[in-house]
Amino acid sequence: MIEIEGITKRYGESTVVDDVSMVIEPRSITVIVGTSGSGKTTLLRMINRLVEPTSGAIRLDGADNRSLPGYELRRSIGYVIQGHGLFPHRTVAENIATVPLLLGWDDERIRARVEELMSLFQLDPGEFSGRYPHELSGGQQQRVGVARALAAGPNVLLMDEPFGALDPIIRNKAQEDLLAIQKRLGTTIVLVTHDMEEAVHMGDRIAVMDGGRLLQYDTPDRILAHPASTFVDTLVGASEKPFRLLSLGRVGDAVEEGPAEGEPIAADASQRDALAELLWSGRPALPVRNANGRLIGKVTVDGLVRRAACPA
Amino acid sequence: MKWLPTIARLALLALLVAFVTSPGWFEPLLKPLTENNAPAIYNQGSLLTLTLLHLRTVAIATLAAIVVAVGLAILVTRPFGAEFLPLSRSLVNIGQTFPPVAVLALAVPAVGFGEKPTLIALFLYGLLPIFENALTGLTTLPANVVEAARGAGMTPAQRLVKVELPLALPVMLAGVRLSVVISLATATIGSTVAAKTLGEVIIAGLLSNNLAFVLQGGLIVAAIAVLIHDGFLALERMAARRMGRER
Repeated sequence: MIEIEGITKRYGESTVVDDVSMVIEPRSITVIVGTSGSGKTTLLRMINRLVEPTSGAIRLDGADNRSLPGYELRRSIGYVIQGHGLFPHRTVAENIATVPLLLGWDDERIRARVEELMSLFQLDPGEFSGRYPHELSGGQQQRVGVARALAAGPNVLLMDEPFGALDPIIRNKAQEDLLAIQKRLGTTIVLVTHDMEEAVHMGDRIAVMDGGRLLQYDTPDRILAHPASTFVDTLVGASEKPFRLLSLGRVGDAVEEGPAEGEPIAADASQRDALAELLWSGRPALPVRNANGRLIGKVTVDGLVRRAACPA
Repeated sequence: MKWLPTIARLALLALLVAFVTSPGWFEPLLKPLTENNAPAIYNQGSLLTLTLLHLRTVAIATLAAIVVAVGLAILVTRPFGAEFLPLSRSLVNIGQTFPPVAVLALAVPAVGFGEKPTLIALFLYGLLPIFENALTGLTTLPANVVEAARGAGMTPAQRLVKVELPLALPVMLAGVRLSVVISLATATIGSTVAAKTLGEVIIAGLLSNNLAFVLQGGLIVAAIAVLIHDGFLALERMAARRMGRER
């Protein structure tokens, strides 16, 4: 759990982060979203003390984050930045081993951990461990960056626009991979982005920031349905709202009784994808199959349209 | 054709070794440059010994310059040393603008004749390129890499040793290369104050109006400079290529 309490950062006259308080639940993904200059990155960097706050306190699992020297604190918190920042003069394996090496793990433990992480991130250790970062594709570099941040098994992972430098197709894949890995490891993730789509897709909770202030901190569906201010409403994008709301739900939750014609859609696909498929193929209903491939009902245009309406 | 430059350099190296170890073989080539039956090959000492002493002088001066210049560059790029940057720049610049001949003239009364005044002159003259390049290397590091090093929990000293210096290495090597090449040539004037360098051969030639001496002294220095220059270039390329920075 991360407790942020009345945190403020001033540079001279300008207040970059203004009295922000929030509690981040363990094992969840919290997305801080805002425009550039909103203070979201500064807030993130105060958690691992890359930036020291002017006032206020941050507690990690109850302990003040100033109880350790900054560099020791940062070894216990994963950190991923935009453009990954891999060490160009070190191999993939050496990059991933950075924090374990700083913590003084023995060689055998480091080697085993690096191999474990490379497999987790779908990088064949035999093929990739000796390569240098410039010999990897953008997607592979991004995965090495996340693997490096997770190497020492931190409870908390801070990510600053981690997908910013990726093209859209690789970005979707990287987001899915991160969700799967978070589910598996149970790491608490705090992610900063300017992209509301990404926030709705990734976040268990979304914190909207503007001008250094925390405007709203809530679950994605409540942010969509009840924006706290016109700024949040604009950021959500009025014309996108129904589709973003649908993208939160799974097809399995919108299943209705009865048969339907044509190619079935998977129950774990998003309702937005189902609606898109229905509209594009011009059909009123699609059959739905579950993970075992069994047909469990249908999903209809009418049913989805009702779900896309603003929740009361 | 790819191997041609390498072959040319190996040939030059072989020629250089042959010349300093068995200069007698080349006597017929240099004979036409002499008058009044003067000797064509330097005969007041071994060319090999002079070459090795010349290299030693340059090596000591350059090593000292590397230690001081890189040390200064590291100091002024730390938060606590930033205010020394203008001062360090001035000191190093004075070292470069002060003519080595003048340094020799001033150093002799203080430290006597021989190798010492030459070392002082070469050291001062060699500081600037090493300092400026080390400074460039340490101040133009990719920001997100340095940020990642901080974020991973490296202490300032660990960042310097594990990330900043290795990344600045190619640029720093270029500075050392410039300094060494300048020192190799400048070391010859050390012989005006009785330092044992290849300058001795050139000065002997000038004094006795023997063109063969001047030429052989100059050619040996030039050949060494070319080979060392190319050696450093190869090192720089290796260091840069490893980081994916093609040059």
